[in-house]
Amino acid sequence: MPKDHGIGASSKRREDIRFLTGKGRYTDDINLPGQAHACFVRSQVAHGRLKGVDISAAQKMPGVIRVFTAIDLEGVGGLPCGWQVTDRHGNPMQEPGHPVLATGKVRHVGDPIAVVVAETPEQARDAAEAVQPDIEELPPVLDLRGALAEDAVKVHEELSSNLCYDWGFVENNREDVDKAIATAHHVTTLDLVNQRLIPNAMEPRVAIGDFNPATGDSTLYTTSQNPHVIRLLMGAFVLGIPEHKLRVVAPDVGGGFGSKIFHYAEEAFCTFAAKALGRPVKWTCQRSESFMSDAHGRDHVTKIELALDKNGRFLALRTQTHANMGAYLSTFAPSVPTWLHGTLMAGNYRTPLIYVNVKAVFTNTVPVDAYRGAGRPEATFQLERVIDKAAREMGIDPIELRRRNFVTEFPYATPVAVEYDTGDYHATMDKLVEIADFAGFEARRAKSAARGKLRGLGVNCYIEACGIAPSHLVGQLGARAGLYEAATVRVNATGGLVVMTGSHSHGQGHETSFAQVVADMIGLDENMVEIVHGDTANTPMGMGTYGSRSLAVGGSAIVRATEKIIAKAKKIAAHLMEAAPEDIELKNGAFSVAGTDKSVAWGDVTLAAYVPHNYPLEEIEPGLEETAFYDPNNFTFPAGAYACEVEVDPETGKVEVCSFVATDDFGTIVNPMIVDGQVHGGIAQGLGQALLERAVYDEYGQLLSGSYMDYAMPRADDLPSFTVDHSCQTPCTHNPLGVKGCGEAGAIGSPPALVNAVVDALNRGGYEHITHIDMPLTPSRVWAAMR
Amino acid sequence: MTEVSMTVNGKAVSGQVEGRTLLVQFLRETLGLTGTHVGCDTSQCGTCVIHVNGKAVKSCTIFAQEADGAQITTIEGMANPDGSLSPIQKAFQDYHGLQCGFCTPGMVMSAAALLAENPTPTEAEIRAYLSGNLCRCTGYHNIVRAILAASGQGVAAE
Ligand code: FES
Ligand code: FES
Repeated sequence: MPKDHGIGASSKRREDIRFLTGKGRYTDDINLPGQAHACFVRSQVAHGRLKGVDISAAQKMPGVIRVFTAIDLEGVGGLPCGWQVTDRHGNPMQEPGHPVLATGKVRHVGDPIAVVVAETPEQARDAAEAVQPDIEELPPVLDLRGALAEDAVKVHEELSSNLCYDWGFVENNREDVDKAIATAHHVTTLDLVNQRLIPNAMEPRVAIGDFNPATGDSTLYTTSQNPHVIRLLMGAFVLGIPEHKLRVVAPDVGGGFGSKIFHYAEEAFCTFAAKALGRPVKWTCQRSESFMSDAHGRDHVTKIELALDKNGRFLALRTQTHANMGAYLSTFAPSVPTWLHGTLMAGNYRTPLIYVNVKAVFTNTVPVDAYRGAGRPEATFQLERVIDKAAREMGIDPIELRRRNFVTEFPYATPVAVEYDTGDYHATMDKLVEIADFAGFEARRAKSAARGKLRGLGVNCYIEACGIAPSHLVGQLGARAGLYEAATVRVNATGGLVVMTGSHSHGQGHETSFAQVVADMIGLDENMVEIVHGDTANTPMGMGTYGSRSLAVGGSAIVRATEKIIAKAKKIAAHLMEAAPEDIELKNGAFSVAGTDKSVAWGDVTLAAYVPHNYPLEEIEPGLEETAFYDPNNFTFPAGAYACEVEVDPETGKVEVCSFVATDDFGTIVNPMIVDGQVHGGIAQGLGQALLERAVYDEYGQLLSGSYMDYAMPRADDLPSFTVDHSCQTPCTHNPLGVKGCGEAGAIGSPPALVNAVVDALNRGGYEHITHIDMPLTPSRVWAAMR
Repeated sequence: MTEVSMTVNGKAVSGQVEGRTLLVQFLRETLGLTGTHVGCDTSQCGTCVIHVNGKAVKSCTIFAQEADGAQITTIEGMANPDGSLSPIQKAFQDYHGLQCGFCTPGMVMSAAALLAENPTPTEAEIRAYLSGNLCRCTGYHNIVRAILAASGQGVAAE
């Protein structure tokens, strides 16, 4: 029986009511009295020397309040990078400055040069067109490998080259891996590209700065996944405002997928300008502007080699990747191709020897950072593609080859520094085989063939490290932040609860699922629990939402705080019932004394806490409010198996997705309906990558895919309905809820399934020379591969 | 500046607009009806869909002046008179047809227009009709189910 409330119930989302009636309050819906409007003047060339900016004409335009260039940003620091990677020789990465407004050079199309602040957005935009930057064009650096040539033009002159770092992992394994590959029975090699994507949350970014001259406090309203992180980075590194004088509010946020984790120039500018001008300053990103100013994702070029023995057992794995950082280091960019990628190269398999080399490269393109999955899709894609190719080369069924190599005993320490606490990869594969009806594939294929279509079946596994992250561990790896989460649970006198969390919901439904957890622990109606998030003024310092961490880390903090509440409430109940606290039981929102019929209601205890007339004041304080910080002691490891069936039209190369099945092990599930939705959305983004999406630069560094006319977002008629199952559950062993996280799985697991399926269809259709096609698998690419 | 008047969600409204003021700007900025969103600048995303004289229209594609005298319905006008969710809105909640909610007003307005034209659409017809509405969160799966349910057609449990 599905549960109808508490943990495990598909409770309807309470936040939906405001979103469905037009009452959501997104950042652009906020207008402050007296606000002025900012418009950024951005570089139209990819690379050039900025010799000057003529603002004289713009300054005289109607409504213009002030035009800012870099020299006007007195005392403003550069945008900080939150992660320092150490290269394979033990040296820190090369870390160039990242000014809020371009200084000396422009380094990508979209690099901000100046800002016009005017009375209306239209006036600001009109005047921005009159700003004249004087730019001497330089040849752009665009090719990842070419950028590392001896004589390459440099993106940053102050650095020794365009190489950010050359990372080796695990460096001590390198020689053993080389040896194993040199002597193996079989080695499968694959060159592939994980193309650049543009995250495209449907809500464009917005920032509003406000300054209160009476108190000297600054406030920033922003479209962020982690307001506390923005407060810390912007306050401490960019503007020099202590946290107690700076408030950051991220109200309803219309999707993020990683792109709203980072601290952006526009946030710092609006906060700065509000103080400089003495009035609120608002900036709303135009979509075409977001294409060239939001951090992009992926953009890896990889060679992977898998060594196998004659029975198909994996012996060693070596991968070499060039990862594009873009023109500057975005907030968490260095961690993505390294610690979020190299540590996942073991996948679901027992590969004893692994070596990962990553060269991160600066180019004249938009900075690249975490996008849904961040590093883990890149790891999964190359691994699951090379396994499929190996299966074909060795004549072993691809599922069987995977099964032969599955990790089956837990905990399992991989050769790439992580320890999987629990999992059951055969179980998710068994489930997949069952629901995807592999037995019926031949019949479906014959039907497709009768219609002149080539049908193929692609299968893959994935594993991800989520619940980011143990602070002590990431500290050793170069993170300049802790990655705990915090919660405050405040119980009011009349029994209702307010939970203040550092996690941020921008589509994940925390207001519902977090309330389910607390209500379940106490035995109350979910409607008695209110979730507050998104405002540094009324939530404890938390690190926000990304990396499928909210329930695993944020939820655990809530559990810990609620446990403290329950412990204290039991003491109060014990006093009221003249019993020992150890004898108090809490069930269905009432306290009772074990073995007696004595009981007091939840509300009696909460009232006593705030009206402490009959109360053990000498032992405990009045009130009922607790805070907990939770720092996980390991990552969580969601894993699963995905299957995709496609039909390829041999005449046109068009790929149609006929079915997509996902079986995931997310550990304990709090709200199955929400989990289904997270997987659906992830699959859609993964299939978008596999079939449609690609950020394209031309040879001059112009972004050709700069609007929805040119960047192919998946639309309703591009996708099928999905079948998702999460009945295989091996609860996480180290967090109190047993949850693993589900937000990124679909985006990580689905691209290889689609590509495997298309390669399968083509091979079955007689195109045996096709071993790989780079994403996106557009009709033209598939058609070209067949010729 | 020109004066425009129209009926929005059953109420007569008027205001001053520039020639270039888009209908969506008039709704959001002059009338404060911020339920209608702006997700792009190329008329591609559909987050701004409203009804103009009963037809689904991307309100970023017409000028406020062109809507002078029109009957407009926005997401704020879609609930039942007592404020409770209308059947389409309710189906979106019941079938989890929204996550971040940013595309949702446009989706609901498009869905309502579809069902007015075609009361029992197939899944393929729903997907084709929604091809002008982008959603980055849901993968459309549950939006399609919600619309099937709102049309009174059976939806398999999941
Ligand atoms: S705002 Fe994107 S279509 Fe109207
Ligand atoms: S629910 Fe977020 S874009 Fe559709």
